[in-house]
Amino acid sequence: MKLITAIIKPFKLEEVKGALAEIGVEGMTVTEVKGFGRQKGHTEIYRGSEYTVDFLPKVKIEIAVQADLVTKVIDAIVRGARTGKIGDGKVFVTSLEETVRIRTDERGEAAL
Amino acid sequence: MKHNPPNLIGTTPAGLFLLGILVLIAAPLGAQDAPAYADYEAFQASAGYGLFTTNNLWMMIAAALVFIMHLGFATLETGLTRSKNTVNILYKNTLIPCIGILTYAICGFNLMYPGVEGGWFAFAGFGVSVGDSVASLTDAYNPGYTYWTDFLFQAMFAATAATIVSGAVAERVKLGPFLVFATLFVAVCYPITGYWKWGNGWLNVMETPFYDFAGSTLVHSVGGWGALAGAILLGPRIGKYSADGKMNPILGHSMPLATIGVFLLWLGWFGFNGGSVLSADPSLVSLTLVTTCIAASAGAVGSMLASLVIVKKPDLSLTLNGVLAGLVGITAGADQMAVMSATIIGLVAGVLVVISVVFFDRIKIDDPVGAISVHLVCGIWGTLAVGLLGAKAGMSQLIAQVTGVAAIGIFTFLFAFILFFILKKTVGIRVSSEEEIGGLDIGEHGNEAYPDFHPSRN
Repeated sequence: MKLITAIIKPFKLEEVKGALAEIGVEGMTVTEVKGFGRQKGHTEIYRGSEYTVDFLPKVKIEIAVQADLVTKVIDAIVRGARTGKIGDGKVFVTSLEETVRIRTDERGEAAL
Repeated sequence: MKHNPPNLIGTTPAGLFLLGILVLIAAPLGAQDAPAYADYEAFQASAGYGLFTTNNLWMMIAAALVFIMHLGFATLETGLTRSKNTVNILYKNTLIPCIGILTYAICGFNLMYPGVEGGWFAFAGFGVSVGDSVASLTDAYNPGYTYWTDFLFQAMFAATAATIVSGAVAERVKLGPFLVFATLFVAVCYPITGYWKWGNGWLNVMETPFYDFAGSTLVHSVGGWGALAGAILLGPRIGKYSADGKMNPILGHSMPLATIGVFLLWLGWFGFNGGSVLSADPSLVSLTLVTTCIAASAGAVGSMLASLVIVKKPDLSLTLNGVLAGLVGITAGADQMAVMSATIIGLVAGVLVVISVVFFDRIKIDDPVGAISVHLVCGIWGTLAVGLLGAKAGMSQLIAQVTGVAAIGIFTFLFAFILFFILKKTVGIRVSSEEEIGGLDIGEHGNEAYPDFHPSRN
Protein backbone atom coordinates (compact mmCIF):
# COMPACT_ATOMS: atom_id res chain seq x y z
CA MET A 1 0.00 0.00 0.00
CA LYS A 2 1.12 3.52 -0.78
CA LEU A 3 0.01 6.96 0.37
CA ILE A 4 0.06 9.52 -2.42
CA THR A 5 0.12 13.14 -1.30
CA ALA A 6 -0.28 15.81 -3.97
CA ILE A 7 -0.05 19.58 -3.54
CA ILE A 8 -1.86 21.30 -6.42
CA LYS A 9 -3.30 24.66 -7.47
CA PRO A 10 -6.75 25.04 -5.90
CA PHE A 11 -8.55 25.72 -9.19
CA LYS A 12 -7.21 22.41 -10.60
CA LEU A 13 -8.95 20.28 -7.98
CA GLU A 14 -11.99 19.46 -10.11
CA GLU A 15 -9.86 18.30 -13.06
CA VAL A 16 -7.67 16.15 -10.82
CA LYS A 17 -10.73 14.63 -9.18
CA GLY A 18 -12.17 13.84 -12.63
CA ALA A 19 -8.93 12.24 -13.85
CA LEU A 20 -8.72 10.10 -10.70
CA ALA A 21 -12.34 9.02 -10.99
CA GLU A 22 -11.69 7.88 -14.58
CA ILE A 23 -9.03 5.42 -13.44
CA GLY A 24 -11.26 4.12 -10.65
CA VAL A 25 -9.92 5.85 -7.54
CA GLU A 26 -12.75 5.60 -5.03
CA GLY A 27 -11.74 8.01 -2.28
CA MET A 28 -9.53 10.89 -1.35
CA THR A 29 -9.02 13.46 1.37
CA VAL A 30 -8.68 17.12 0.41
CA THR A 31 -7.27 19.89 2.64
CA GLU A 32 -6.87 23.61 1.98
CA VAL A 33 -3.27 24.47 2.77
CA LYS A 34 -0.77 27.27 2.25
CA GLY A 35 2.84 27.06 1.23
CA PHE A 36 5.56 27.96 -1.21
CA GLY A 37 8.19 26.25 -3.29
CA ARG A 38 10.31 27.71 -6.05
CA GLN A 39 7.36 29.87 -7.01
CA LYS A 40 7.91 31.85 -3.77
CA GLY A 41 5.17 34.33 -2.94
CA HIS A 42 4.06 37.41 -4.76
CA THR A 43 3.78 41.10 -3.87
CA GLU A 44 0.52 42.88 -3.15
CA ILE A 45 -0.25 46.52 -2.40
CA TYR A 46 -2.35 47.96 0.40
CA ARG A 47 -2.83 51.71 0.91
CA GLY A 48 0.28 52.64 -1.00
CA SER A 49 2.76 50.13 0.41
CA GLU A 50 3.91 46.85 -1.02
CA TYR A 51 4.13 43.65 0.95
CA THR A 52 5.04 40.05 0.13
CA VAL A 53 2.60 37.20 0.45
CA ASP A 54 4.91 34.27 1.18
CA PHE A 55 2.39 31.49 1.59
CA LEU A 56 0.07 30.94 -1.34
CA PRO A 57 -3.14 28.93 -1.07
CA LYS A 58 -2.86 25.34 -2.33
CA VAL A 59 -4.92 22.17 -2.07
CA LYS A 60 -3.47 18.99 -0.61
CA ILE A 61 -4.91 15.65 -1.84
CA GLU A 62 -4.23 12.40 0.01
CA ILE A 63 -5.01 9.05 -1.58
CA ALA A 64 -4.23 5.58 -0.22
CA VAL A 65 -3.91 2.95 -3.00
CA GLN A 66 -2.57 -0.51 -3.77
CA ALA A 67 1.10 -0.36 -4.74
CA ASP A 68 0.46 -1.46 -8.35
CA LEU A 69 -1.85 1.52 -8.96
CA VAL A 70 0.71 4.17 -8.00
CA THR A 71 1.93 5.01 -11.52
CA LYS A 72 -1.58 5.36 -12.92
CA VAL A 73 -2.61 7.61 -10.02
CA ILE A 74 0.45 9.81 -10.37
CA ASP A 75 -0.15 10.14 -14.12
CA ALA A 76 -3.77 11.11 -13.51
CA ILE A 77 -2.80 13.78 -10.98
CA VAL A 78 -0.13 15.23 -13.28
CA ARG A 79 -2.57 15.22 -16.21
CA GLY A 80 -5.24 17.01 -14.20
CA ALA A 81 -3.07 19.50 -12.35
CA ARG A 82 -0.54 20.63 -14.92
CA THR A 83 -0.71 24.16 -16.36
CA GLY A 84 2.96 24.27 -17.36
CA LYS A 85 3.49 27.41 -15.28
CA ILE A 86 5.49 27.70 -12.08
CA GLY A 87 3.55 26.73 -8.97
CA ASP A 88 1.79 23.62 -10.33
CA GLY A 89 2.77 21.65 -7.22
CA LYS A 90 4.29 18.30 -6.33
CA VAL A 91 3.36 14.64 -5.75
CA PHE A 92 4.87 12.64 -2.90
CA VAL A 93 4.64 8.87 -2.51
CA THR A 94 5.18 7.15 0.84
CA SER A 95 4.81 3.57 2.03
CA LEU A 96 1.69 2.84 3.99
CA GLU A 97 2.03 0.31 6.82
CA GLU A 98 -1.55 -0.31 7.69
CA THR A 99 -5.10 0.69 6.74
CA VAL A 100 -8.22 0.12 8.84
CA ARG A 101 -11.83 0.56 7.78
CA ILE A 102 -13.38 1.77 11.01
CA ARG A 103 -16.95 0.60 10.26
CA THR A 104 -16.06 -3.06 9.68
CA ASP A 105 -12.61 -3.27 11.29
CA GLU A 106 -11.21 -4.70 7.99
CA ARG A 107 -7.40 -4.42 7.76
CA GLY A 108 -4.84 -4.04 4.98
CA GLU A 109 -5.72 -3.87 1.26
CA ALA A 110 -9.29 -4.99 2.00
CA ALA A 111 -9.78 -1.68 3.79
CA LEU A 112 -8.69 0.47 0.85
CA MET B 1 -23.32 77.81 7.71
CA LYS B 2 -24.32 81.26 8.84
CA HIS B 3 -26.23 81.21 12.01
CA ASN B 4 -27.74 84.16 13.75
CA PRO B 5 -29.69 82.90 16.68
CA PRO B 6 -32.08 85.12 18.56
CA ASN B 7 -31.52 85.34 22.26
CA LEU B 8 -33.85 82.57 23.31
CA ILE B 9 -32.78 81.27 26.60
CA GLY B 10 -31.28 84.41 28.00
CA THR B 11 -27.60 85.11 28.23
CA THR B 12 -26.13 83.54 31.29
CA PRO B 13 -22.49 83.37 30.30
CA ALA B 14 -20.39 81.13 32.44
CA GLY B 15 -17.07 82.72 33.19
CA LEU B 16 -14.62 79.88 33.22
CA PHE B 17 -12.72 78.73 30.17
CA LEU B 18 -10.74 75.49 30.27
CA LEU B 19 -7.39 76.60 28.94
CA GLY B 20 -7.43 80.14 30.13
CA ILE B 21 -8.16 81.72 26.76
CA LEU B 22 -10.96 83.69 28.26
CA VAL B 23 -12.53 86.62 26.53
CA LEU B 24 -16.12 87.28 27.28
CA ILE B 25 -18.11 89.81 25.37
CA ALA B 26 -21.68 89.92 26.51
CA ALA B 27 -23.61 91.61 23.77
CA PRO B 28 -26.97 89.92 23.47
CA LEU B 29 -28.54 90.17 20.06
CA GLY B 30 -31.57 92.38 19.95
CA ALA B 31 -34.82 91.30 18.43
CA GLN B 32 -34.51 90.96 14.65
CA ASP B 33 -36.97 92.29 12.15
CA ALA B 34 -38.89 89.07 12.44
CA PRO B 35 -42.55 88.53 11.72
CA ALA B 36 -44.70 88.54 14.83
CA TYR B 37 -47.79 86.46 15.34
CA ALA B 38 -50.46 86.70 18.01
CA ASP B 39 -50.27 82.95 18.57
CA TYR B 40 -49.25 79.74 16.77
CA GLU B 41 -52.66 79.46 15.05
CA ALA B 42 -52.15 82.91 13.55
CA PHE B 43 -48.81 81.69 12.15
CA GLN B 44 -50.49 78.61 10.65
CA ALA B 45 -52.99 80.85 8.91
CA SER B 46 -50.26 83.18 7.60
CA ALA B 47 -48.96 83.36 4.03
CA GLY B 48 -45.48 82.20 5.04
CA TYR B 49 -46.60 78.95 6.67
CA GLY B 50 -46.27 76.82 3.52
CA LEU B 51 -42.78 78.05 2.69
CA PHE B 52 -41.64 77.61 6.29
CA THR B 53 -43.00 74.06 6.33
CA THR B 54 -41.06 73.25 3.15
CA ASN B 55 -37.84 74.74 4.49
CA ASN B 56 -38.18 72.98 7.80
CA LEU B 57 -38.99 69.66 6.12
CA TRP B 58 -35.79 69.80 4.06
CA MET B 59 -33.80 70.62 7.17
CA MET B 60 -35.23 67.61 9.00
CA ILE B 61 -34.44 65.35 6.03
CA ALA B 62 -30.93 66.81 5.99
CA ALA B 63 -30.57 66.01 9.70
CA ALA B 64 -31.58 62.40 8.96
CA LEU B 65 -29.03 62.23 6.12
CA VAL B 66 -26.26 63.45 8.43
CA PHE B 67 -27.39 60.84 10.94
CA ILE B 68 -26.83 58.02 8.42
CA MET B 69 -23.22 59.19 8.02
CA HIS B 70 -22.57 57.57 11.38
CA LEU B 71 -23.39 54.20 9.83
CA GLY B 72 -21.03 55.13 7.02
CA PHE B 73 -18.21 55.85 9.48
CA ALA B 74 -18.97 52.59 11.30
CA THR B 75 -18.81 50.41 8.19
CA LEU B 76 -15.79 52.22 6.71
CA GLU B 77 -13.79 51.87 9.92
CA THR B 78 -14.86 48.24 10.30
CA GLY B 79 -13.87 47.38 6.75
CA LEU B 80 -10.42 48.94 6.98
CA THR B 81 -9.48 47.13 10.20
CA ARG B 82 -9.05 43.50 11.24
CA SER B 83 -11.98 41.21 12.03
CA LYS B 84 -10.76 40.64 15.61
CA ASN B 85 -11.56 44.30 16.47
CA THR B 86 -14.94 44.60 14.78
CA VAL B 87 -17.18 44.50 17.86
CA ASN B 88 -15.03 47.18 19.48
CA ILE B 89 -15.21 49.44 16.45
CA LEU B 90 -18.96 49.02 16.06
CA TYR B 91 -19.37 49.67 19.78
CA LYS B 92 -17.46 52.95 19.61
CA ASN B 93 -19.38 54.02 16.54
CA THR B 94 -22.70 53.22 18.22
CA LEU B 95 -21.89 55.12 21.40
CA ILE B 96 -20.37 58.22 19.78
CA PRO B 97 -23.53 59.58 18.09
CA CYS B 98 -25.47 58.79 21.26
CA ILE B 99 -22.95 60.67 23.40
CA GLY B 100 -22.92 63.47 20.84
CA ILE B 101 -26.70 63.92 20.84
CA LEU B 102 -26.99 63.76 24.64
CA THR B 103 -24.11 66.13 25.39
CA TYR B 104 -25.32 68.51 22.70
CA ALA B 105 -28.66 68.65 24.52
CA ILE B 106 -26.98 69.09 27.91
CA CYS B 107 -24.52 71.84 27.03
CA GLY B 108 -23.15 71.67 23.47
CA PHE B 109 -25.93 73.55 21.70
CA ASN B 110 -25.85 76.42 24.17
CA LEU B 111 -22.05 76.60 24.10
CA MET B 112 -22.05 76.76 20.31
CA TYR B 113 -25.01 79.12 19.91
CA PRO B 114 -25.04 81.22 23.09
CA GLY B 115 -26.47 84.27 21.32
CA VAL B 116 -23.43 86.40 22.14
CA GLU B 117 -21.82 88.27 19.26
CA GLY B 118 -18.10 88.30 18.61
CA GLY B 119 -16.79 86.44 21.66
CA TRP B 120 -14.39 83.56 22.35
CA PHE B 121 -16.49 81.75 24.91
CA ALA B 122 -20.05 82.06 26.13
CA PHE B 123 -22.66 79.73 27.52
CA ALA B 124 -26.42 80.15 27.49
CA GLY B 125 -27.18 77.58 30.18
CA PHE B 126 -27.81 73.84 30.40
CA GLY B 127 -30.50 71.98 28.50
CA VAL B 128 -32.65 72.68 25.46
CA SER B 129 -36.28 73.73 25.72
CA VAL B 130 -38.87 75.85 24.03
CA GLY B 131 -40.72 78.47 26.00
CA ASP B 132 -42.72 80.59 23.59
CA SER B 133 -43.87 78.54 20.60
CA VAL B 134 -44.20 81.57 18.33
CA ALA B 135 -40.65 82.72 19.09
CA SER B 136 -39.13 79.24 18.72
CA LEU B 137 -41.22 77.24 16.29
CA THR B 138 -42.17 79.69 13.56
CA ASP B 139 -40.27 81.77 11.02
CA ALA B 140 -39.88 84.34 13.78
CA TYR B 141 -37.07 82.04 15.04
CA ASN B 142 -35.45 81.52 11.65
CA PRO B 143 -36.89 81.51 8.10
CA GLY B 144 -35.54 77.98 7.54
CA TYR B 145 -36.30 75.88 10.59
CA THR B 146 -37.72 75.59 14.08
CA TYR B 147 -35.69 75.56 17.27
CA TRP B 148 -36.04 71.77 17.47
CA THR B 149 -34.86 71.24 13.89
CA ASP B 150 -31.96 73.60 14.56
CA PHE B 151 -30.92 71.60 17.61
CA LEU B 152 -31.22 68.21 15.90
CA PHE B 153 -29.36 69.23 12.73
CA GLN B 154 -26.50 70.72 14.75
CA ALA B 155 -26.43 67.74 17.15
CA MET B 156 -25.92 65.35 14.22
CA PHE B 157 -22.90 67.41 13.17
CA ALA B 158 -21.38 67.48 16.63
CA ALA B 159 -20.85 63.75 16.96
CA THR B 160 -19.12 63.58 13.57
CA ALA B 161 -16.00 65.23 14.96
CA ALA B 162 -15.51 62.51 17.60
CA THR B 163 -16.26 59.72 15.12
CA ILE B 164 -13.35 60.92 12.98
CA VAL B 165 -11.00 60.42 15.94
CA SER B 166 -12.28 56.86 16.40
CA GLY B 167 -10.85 55.71 13.06
CA ALA B 168 -7.33 56.95 13.74
CA VAL B 169 -7.05 55.32 17.18
CA ALA B 170 -8.71 52.06 16.14
CA GLU B 171 -7.41 48.60 17.07
CA ARG B 172 -5.45 49.70 20.15
CA VAL B 173 -7.30 52.34 22.18
CA LYS B 174 -8.94 51.41 25.50
CA LEU B 175 -12.70 51.75 25.27
CA GLY B 176 -13.37 53.57 28.56
CA PRO B 177 -10.77 56.33 28.23
CA PHE B 178 -11.74 56.80 24.58
CA LEU B 179 -15.38 57.34 25.51
CA VAL B 180 -14.30 59.86 28.17
CA PHE B 181 -12.28 61.65 25.50
CA ALA B 182 -15.17 61.56 23.01
CA THR B 183 -17.60 62.95 25.58
CA LEU B 184 -15.44 65.95 26.51
CA PHE B 185 -14.43 66.50 22.89
CA VAL B 186 -18.03 66.83 21.63
CA ALA B 187 -19.42 68.43 24.78
CA VAL B 188 -16.79 71.16 25.19
CA CYS B 189 -14.09 71.38 22.52
CA TYR B 190 -16.20 71.18 19.35
CA PRO B 191 -18.90 73.68 20.46
CA ILE B 192 -16.34 76.29 21.57
CA THR B 193 -14.60 76.53 18.20
CA GLY B 194 -17.96 76.08 16.48
CA TYR B 195 -19.18 79.17 18.32
CA TRP B 196 -16.24 81.22 17.01
CA LYS B 197 -17.73 80.96 13.52
CA TRP B 198 -21.23 79.50 13.29
CA GLY B 199 -22.36 80.87 16.67
CA ASN B 200 -21.39 84.37 15.48
CA GLY B 201 -18.23 84.50 17.63
CA TRP B 202 -15.01 86.36 16.89
CA LEU B 203 -14.11 84.61 13.63
CA ASN B 204 -17.49 85.63 12.20
CA VAL B 205 -17.17 89.33 13.01
CA MET B 206 -13.65 89.96 11.69
CA GLU B 207 -13.42 92.66 9.03
CA THR B 208 -13.31 89.89 6.44
CA PRO B 209 -15.07 87.06 8.25
CA PHE B 210 -13.64 83.57 8.20
CA TYR B 211 -15.79 81.40 5.92
CA ASP B 212 -16.60 77.76 6.48
CA PHE B 213 -19.88 76.85 4.83
CA ALA B 214 -20.50 73.36 6.24
CA GLY B 215 -17.43 72.56 8.26
CA SER B 216 -14.21 71.64 6.42
CA THR B 217 -12.53 73.19 9.43
CA LEU B 218 -15.22 73.39 12.11
CA VAL B 219 -16.14 69.72 11.84
CA HIS B 220 -13.58 67.81 9.76
CA SER B 221 -10.30 69.46 10.72
CA VAL B 222 -11.45 69.55 14.33
CA GLY B 223 -11.94 65.78 14.19
CA GLY B 224 -8.65 65.46 12.30
CA TRP B 225 -6.67 67.39 14.96
CA GLY B 226 -8.16 65.12 17.62
CA ALA B 227 -7.21 62.10 15.50
CA LEU B 228 -3.64 63.36 15.12
CA ALA B 229 -3.25 63.92 18.87
CA GLY B 230 -4.62 60.45 19.62
CA ALA B 231 -2.49 58.66 17.01
CA ILE B 232 0.69 60.39 18.23
CA LEU B 233 0.10 59.57 21.89
CA LEU B 234 -0.99 55.98 21.23
CA GLY B 235 1.82 55.00 18.88
CA PRO B 236 1.50 52.54 16.00
CA ARG B 237 -0.27 49.19 16.22
CA ILE B 238 1.85 46.15 17.06
CA GLY B 239 3.25 44.72 13.83
CA LYS B 240 2.88 47.86 11.74
CA TYR B 241 6.63 48.52 11.92
CA SER B 242 9.35 45.88 12.25
CA ALA B 243 12.23 46.39 14.68
CA ASP B 244 14.38 47.56 11.76
CA GLY B 245 11.83 50.27 10.95
CA LYS B 246 10.35 48.49 7.93
CA MET B 247 6.66 49.20 7.38
CA ASN B 248 4.25 46.28 7.16
CA PRO B 249 0.75 47.10 6.01
CA ILE B 250 -2.03 45.78 8.24
CA LEU B 251 -4.84 44.78 5.92
CA GLY B 252 -8.45 45.73 6.48
CA HIS B 253 -10.75 42.72 6.58
CA SER B 254 -13.62 43.82 4.32
CA MET B 255 -13.31 46.03 1.29
CA PRO B 256 -17.06 45.63 0.58
CA LEU B 257 -17.88 47.10 4.02
CA ALA B 258 -15.45 49.95 3.47
CA THR B 259 -17.06 50.69 0.09
CA ILE B 260 -20.55 50.64 1.58
CA GLY B 261 -19.32 53.06 4.23
CA VAL B 262 -18.01 55.53 1.69
CA PHE B 263 -21.23 55.48 -0.34
CA LEU B 264 -23.26 56.01 2.85
CA LEU B 265 -21.04 58.95 3.76
CA TRP B 266 -21.47 60.42 0.30
CA LEU B 267 -25.25 60.03 0.60
CA GLY B 268 -25.12 61.68 4.02
CA TRP B 269 -23.16 64.56 2.57
CA PHE B 270 -26.25 65.59 0.56
CA GLY B 271 -27.65 66.55 3.95
CA PHE B 272 -24.38 67.72 5.47
CA ASN B 273 -23.77 70.30 2.74
CA GLY B 274 -27.31 70.61 1.37
CA GLY B 275 -28.70 71.21 4.85
CA SER B 276 -26.01 73.76 5.60
CA VAL B 277 -27.86 76.15 3.28
CA LEU B 278 -30.18 76.28 6.33
CA SER B 279 -33.28 76.45 4.17
CA ALA B 280 -34.68 74.74 1.10
CA ASP B 281 -33.59 77.67 -1.08
CA PRO B 282 -33.84 76.09 -4.55
CA SER B 283 -30.87 77.80 -6.19
CA LEU B 284 -28.41 77.40 -3.32
CA VAL B 285 -29.35 73.84 -2.34
CA SER B 286 -29.17 72.59 -5.91
CA LEU B 287 -25.84 74.35 -6.53
CA THR B 288 -24.46 72.92 -3.30
CA LEU B 289 -25.46 69.36 -4.17
CA VAL B 290 -23.86 69.71 -7.61
CA THR B 291 -20.55 71.07 -6.28
CA THR B 292 -20.59 68.37 -3.59
CA CYS B 293 -20.99 65.53 -6.07
CA ILE B 294 -18.53 67.05 -8.55
CA ALA B 295 -15.85 67.35 -5.89
CA ALA B 296 -16.44 63.80 -4.64
CA SER B 297 -16.09 62.46 -8.18
CA ALA B 298 -13.00 64.55 -8.89
CA GLY B 299 -11.54 63.37 -5.57
CA ALA B 300 -11.90 59.76 -6.68
CA VAL B 301 -10.23 60.51 -10.04
CA GLY B 302 -7.44 62.54 -8.36
CA SER B 303 -6.64 59.74 -5.94
CA MET B 304 -6.80 57.12 -8.69
CA LEU B 305 -4.24 59.07 -10.74
CA ALA B 306 -2.01 59.71 -7.72
CA SER B 307 -2.24 56.04 -6.76
CA LEU B 308 -1.30 54.97 -10.30
CA VAL B 309 1.73 57.26 -10.29
CA ILE B 310 2.95 56.51 -6.76
CA VAL B 311 2.16 52.80 -6.31
CA LYS B 312 1.57 51.81 -9.96
CA LYS B 313 -1.83 50.31 -9.15
CA PRO B 314 -5.31 51.79 -8.62
CA ASP B 315 -5.65 51.12 -4.89
CA LEU B 316 -9.30 50.74 -3.82
CA SER B 317 -9.03 51.96 -0.25
CA LEU B 318 -7.04 55.02 -1.35
CA THR B 319 -9.65 55.80 -4.01
CA LEU B 320 -12.39 55.44 -1.37
CA ASN B 321 -10.39 57.92 0.72
CA GLY B 322 -10.25 60.10 -2.40
CA VAL B 323 -14.05 60.33 -2.58
CA LEU B 324 -14.12 61.47 1.05
CA ALA B 325 -11.19 63.82 0.45
CA GLY B 326 -13.14 65.57 -2.32
CA LEU B 327 -16.22 65.79 -0.07
CA VAL B 328 -14.25 67.21 2.87
CA GLY B 329 -12.49 69.62 0.51
CA ILE B 330 -15.64 71.11 -1.00
CA THR B 331 -17.44 71.42 2.35
CA ALA B 332 -15.99 74.83 3.27
CA GLY B 333 -17.07 76.47 0.03
CA ALA B 334 -19.78 74.27 -1.45
CA ASP B 335 -22.11 77.26 -1.98
CA GLN B 336 -19.37 79.53 -3.35
CA MET B 337 -17.90 77.43 -6.15
CA ALA B 338 -18.65 77.02 -9.82
CA VAL B 339 -18.38 73.55 -11.33
CA MET B 340 -14.80 74.07 -12.53
CA SER B 341 -13.63 75.29 -9.10
CA ALA B 342 -15.33 72.33 -7.42
CA THR B 343 -13.55 69.99 -9.84
CA ILE B 344 -10.15 71.52 -9.04
CA ILE B 345 -10.82 71.35 -5.29
CA GLY B 346 -11.78 67.67 -5.57
CA LEU B 347 -8.83 66.72 -7.81
CA VAL B 348 -6.30 68.40 -5.54
CA ALA B 349 -7.91 66.81 -2.47
CA GLY B 350 -7.75 63.37 -4.11
CA VAL B 351 -4.04 63.75 -4.87
CA LEU B 352 -3.32 65.25 -1.44
CA VAL B 353 -4.95 62.38 0.41
CA VAL B 354 -2.76 59.75 -1.28
CA ILE B 355 0.45 61.69 -0.64
CA SER B 356 -0.67 62.31 2.92
CA VAL B 357 -1.43 58.63 3.66
CA VAL B 358 2.03 57.65 2.41
CA PHE B 359 3.60 60.53 4.37
CA PHE B 360 1.99 59.67 7.72
CA ASP B 361 2.97 56.01 7.25
CA ARG B 362 6.59 57.10 6.66
CA ILE B 363 6.75 59.24 9.82
CA LYS B 364 5.25 56.34 11.81
CA ILE B 365 1.94 57.94 12.70
CA ASP B 366 -0.35 54.93 12.36
CA ASP B 367 -3.84 55.85 11.15
CA PRO B 368 -5.66 52.65 10.09
CA VAL B 369 -8.39 54.40 8.06
CA GLY B 370 -6.61 57.54 6.85
CA ALA B 371 -8.73 59.84 9.04
CA ILE B 372 -5.96 62.39 9.50
CA SER B 373 -5.27 62.56 5.77
CA VAL B 374 -8.93 62.81 4.77
CA HIS B 375 -10.33 65.08 7.45
CA LEU B 376 -7.39 67.16 8.66
CA VAL B 377 -5.28 67.59 5.52
CA CYS B 378 -8.19 67.96 3.09
CA GLY B 379 -10.19 70.00 5.62
CA ILE B 380 -7.38 72.53 5.71
CA TRP B 381 -7.09 72.44 1.90
CA GLY B 382 -10.82 73.01 1.41
CA THR B 383 -10.89 75.88 3.88
CA LEU B 384 -7.93 77.62 2.22
CA ALA B 385 -9.50 76.97 -1.20
CA VAL B 386 -12.30 79.42 -0.32
CA GLY B 387 -9.65 82.15 -0.44
CA LEU B 388 -8.19 80.87 -3.72
CA LEU B 389 -11.21 79.86 -5.83
CA GLY B 390 -14.86 80.76 -6.19
CA ALA B 391 -16.95 83.81 -5.32
CA LYS B 392 -14.97 84.84 -2.23
CA ALA B 393 -11.44 84.37 -3.59
CA GLY B 394 -9.00 87.12 -2.64
CA MET B 395 -6.07 87.96 -0.40
CA SER B 396 -8.12 89.28 2.53
CA GLN B 397 -10.33 86.17 2.43
CA LEU B 398 -7.27 83.93 2.25
CA ILE B 399 -5.83 85.64 5.34
CA ALA B 400 -9.15 85.16 7.12
CA GLN B 401 -9.10 81.47 6.16
CA VAL B 402 -5.55 81.02 7.44
CA THR B 403 -6.54 82.77 10.67
CA GLY B 404 -9.48 80.43 11.19
CA VAL B 405 -7.53 77.27 10.34
CA ALA B 406 -4.68 78.27 12.67
CA ALA B 407 -6.81 79.43 15.60
CA ILE B 408 -9.12 76.43 15.56
CA GLY B 409 -6.20 74.08 14.87
CA ILE B 410 -4.12 75.32 17.80
CA PHE B 411 -7.02 75.26 20.24
CA THR B 412 -8.33 71.86 19.18
CA PHE B 413 -4.96 70.13 18.97
CA LEU B 414 -3.95 71.42 22.41
CA PHE B 415 -7.31 70.45 23.91
CA ALA B 416 -7.18 66.94 22.42
CA PHE B 417 -3.48 66.39 23.17
CA ILE B 418 -3.76 67.52 26.80
CA LEU B 419 -6.92 65.48 27.34
CA PHE B 420 -5.41 62.31 25.80
CA PHE B 421 -2.18 62.99 27.72
CA ILE B 422 -3.97 63.25 31.08
CA LEU B 423 -5.87 60.03 30.32
CA LYS B 424 -2.62 58.32 29.28
CA LYS B 425 -0.84 59.30 32.50
CA THR B 426 -3.76 58.38 34.77
CA VAL B 427 -5.78 55.43 33.47
CA GLY B 428 -3.82 54.64 30.31
CA ILE B 429 -5.20 54.87 26.78
CA ARG B 430 -3.77 51.72 25.22
CA VAL B 431 -4.79 48.11 25.78
CA SER B 432 -2.16 45.55 26.83
CA SER B 433 -0.12 43.95 24.05
CA GLU B 434 -1.76 40.57 24.85
CA GLU B 435 -5.18 42.11 24.35
CA GLU B 436 -4.11 43.92 21.19
CA ILE B 437 -2.77 40.70 19.66
CA GLY B 438 -5.82 38.68 20.72
CA GLY B 439 -8.20 41.38 19.54
CA LEU B 440 -10.19 44.05 21.36
CA ASP B 441 -13.45 42.19 20.73
CA ILE B 442 -12.60 39.55 23.30
CA GLY B 443 -10.44 41.83 25.48
CA GLU B 444 -12.81 44.78 25.83
CA HIS B 445 -16.20 43.18 25.22
CA GLY B 446 -15.95 39.40 25.57
CA ASN B 447 -17.74 39.24 22.21
CA GLU B 448 -16.91 38.09 18.72
CA ALA B 449 -18.20 39.75 15.57
CA TYR B 450 -18.01 36.57 13.50
CA PRO B 451 -18.37 33.66 15.95
CA ASP B 452 -18.95 30.98 13.32
CA PHE B 453 -17.16 32.55 10.39
CA HIS B 454 -13.54 33.58 10.42
CA PRO B 455 -12.21 35.19 7.26
CA SER B 456 -8.73 35.08 8.77
CA ARG B 457 -7.01 34.99 12.11
CA ASN B 458 -3.97 37.19 11.87
